[in-house]
Amino acid sequence: MKILVTAKRVTDWDSKVVPTSDGTGIDFDNVDFKMNPFCEIAVEEAIRIADASDEDSEIVVVAIGDDEATQQVRQALAMGAHKGILIECEESELDSDYVAKLLVKVCEDEDIDLVLLGKQAVDGDSNQVGQLMAEYLGWPQATFAYKIKPNDGGDMEVQREVDGGVETVTLSLPAVITTDLRLNEPRYATLPNIMKAKRKPFETFEPDDLDIELGSPKVEVVGYSLPSERQAGQIVGSVQELMEKLSQEAKVI
Amino acid sequence: MSKIIVLAEQSEGSVVKASLSAVTAARQLAEKVGGGFDIAVVGHQIGEVASALTGYGAERVYQVEDPSCEGYTAQAFAQAFHKAVEASGASFVISASTAKGKDCTPRVAARLDAGMASDVTGIEGDSSGLVYVRPMWAGNIIGRVKINTDVQVLTVRTTEFDAAVSTGGQSPIESIAAGIDASSLRMSYVSLDSVKSDRPALTDADAVISGGRGLKEGENFEKIIAPLADELNAAIGASRAVVDLGWVPNDWQVGQTGKVVAPDLYIAVGISGAIQHLAGMKGSKTIVAINKDPEAPIFQVADYGLVADLFDAVPQITAQLKDR
Ligand SMILES: Cc1cc2nc3c(=O)[nH]c(=O)nc-3n(C[C@H](O)[C@H](O)[C@H](O)COP(=O)(O)OP(=O)(O)OC[C@H]3O[C@@H](n4cnc5c(N)ncnc54)[C@H](O)[C@@H]3O)c2cc1C
Ligand SMILES: Nc1ncnc2c1ncn2[C@@H]1O[C@H](COP(=O)(O)O)[C@@H](O)[C@H]1O
Repeated sequence: MKILVTAKRVTDWDSKVVPTSDGTGIDFDNVDFKMNPFCEIAVEEAIRIADASDEDSEIVVVAIGDDEATQQVRQALAMGAHKGILIECEESELDSDYVAKLLVKVCEDEDIDLVLLGKQAVDGDSNQVGQLMAEYLGWPQATFAYKIKPNDGGDMEVQREVDGGVETVTLSLPAVITTDLRLNEPRYATLPNIMKAKRKPFETFEPDDLDIELGSPKVEVVGYSLPSERQAGQIVGSVQELMEKLSQEAKVI
Repeated sequence: MSKIIVLAEQSEGSVVKASLSAVTAARQLAEKVGGGFDIAVVGHQIGEVASALTGYGAERVYQVEDPSCEGYTAQAFAQAFHKAVEASGASFVISASTAKGKDCTPRVAARLDAGMASDVTGIEGDSSGLVYVRPMWAGNIIGRVKINTDVQVLTVRTTEFDAAVSTGGQSPIESIAAGIDASSLRMSYVSLDSVKSDRPALTDADAVISGGRGLKEGENFEKIIAPLADELNAAIGASRAVVDLGWVPNDWQVGQTGKVVAPDLYIAVGISGAIQHLAGMKGSKTIVAINKDPEAPIFQVADYGLVADLFDAVPQITAQLKDR
């Protein structure tokens, strides 16, 4: 089985980003970058599926972004992916649709059986790429995966986190699955594996090499601003005081 | 003049309330661009739901049926909704940011070759240039987004658009067959393991009590949080940390990657207030935080902060409410 995973480079989920002063972008000075947490979960799951499979499996990891995203691809290789691909471009040129189309091209070129993506990238919070890919490829999908169980006969049984509970679906491959938080706990890359990852195959492409020309995105962010902050309220001294405020001031009880 | 279509969701023969927020977004958009809106609903034998949708002022309600749409799958529903969009000739497609909305709508956008903005919280501009407002980076950033395609697709946040109320109009129903080739679907719906509860739904409730890791043990949701929720007829929510620990069901998670809520009253109990949690509740009208750490970031968004041991404070609050 051949599995495609991604390693999107995003700002550290634990650091606070602000817009640039002119509101046309994000101020990335003094911000750390990491692999999108949902991509880490996808990489981990791909490794587990590959390990549990009787056949030989190969995991291809892709990042689309600038040259620095090499680090996130290397991290995925150090976790256990087999081959890395960087599609080099400016993040600002991308929208979800371009990302999906570039990844679809890789799927076709690499003859992929299973795509495992994050449910969302924690920078743009779009939650679109997996679904777009599935439609472009004409493949079934299971988003928000909570548990994945390969069945005999090659089907995948996927439990999904949905409104009101957990839904079970079956998919036949090839298919797209996107990960939710509870799927697994990603491993750390060990130092020896980080060293080994440096010798794993790594290819760099430009979008042109995949016959995709960037430049007319379907969706453009035209401005970035800060949300209106809530005013911090008051610290109350006792339960008694809280109850009085809630009934007399806020009138919510 | 433009046509808008709302992709409505139904569950066991009823309209899902979140879809009525999408109707409100459609009405707002219709005012900006001129023209009216249609509503589409998909399933198998859904005449009743279609009828229920005729009271919202839509020019048409498309009832799209197919045996393969009896259980929900993204693959089948995207085809069925696409049929309705084609029939209506709409250039704006709106659905609610529910689990199904997020799952299915991008596939509809792909079929339409349209750009899509997720989780829209506001619509600005007019027919000469529309801009969609949406939170990014866990709500740390507000993005303004332009869609450059002829057809524009949105999912909208239900917290920002009140559910439409029936105006008693009588939209005509147009029945269309989705005509799905079942053999082309390579996925099937198996089951839903649902979390049954007598409480109001998290995204609908006037009051939400959420618990975090400060509760120490899962059973304290029952012992500490539930009695308070009972008094306030509140829904119960949770931080990611306690969902990960398996203390409460997954769909109780409030936050960037869980549910977004905006009740009149939100009480955070033993929750530190990580930005990912705030992303899901800072639109609430009145926020109360109970935490023993005075430095906890939750106090920065709370209208009323109580620095206390939750095991003392919460039962006291519950008792006082009981005594009223
Ligand atoms: C990709 C990603 C997505 C995420 N998405 C979400 C999301 O959607 N929603 C979400 O909630 N989180 C999310 N998180 C996790 C988030 O970053 C925090 O880790 C989480 O919200 C912390 O949960 P908590 O406040 O319950 O736990 P903690 O941070 O451990 O806080 C526990 C609090 O309880 C207080 N406490 C302890 N004992 C008592 C007591 N006896 N009385 C009173 N107070 C007490 C402590 O002072 C502390 O403030 C996400 C993280 C990542 C990386
Ligand atoms: N630039 C990118 N490079 C690699 N993968 C990406 C990129 N952008 C999005 N993805 C993948 O698509 C998923 C959903 O992203 P989004 O739809 O942007 O929220 C992410 O979790 C990644 O798996």
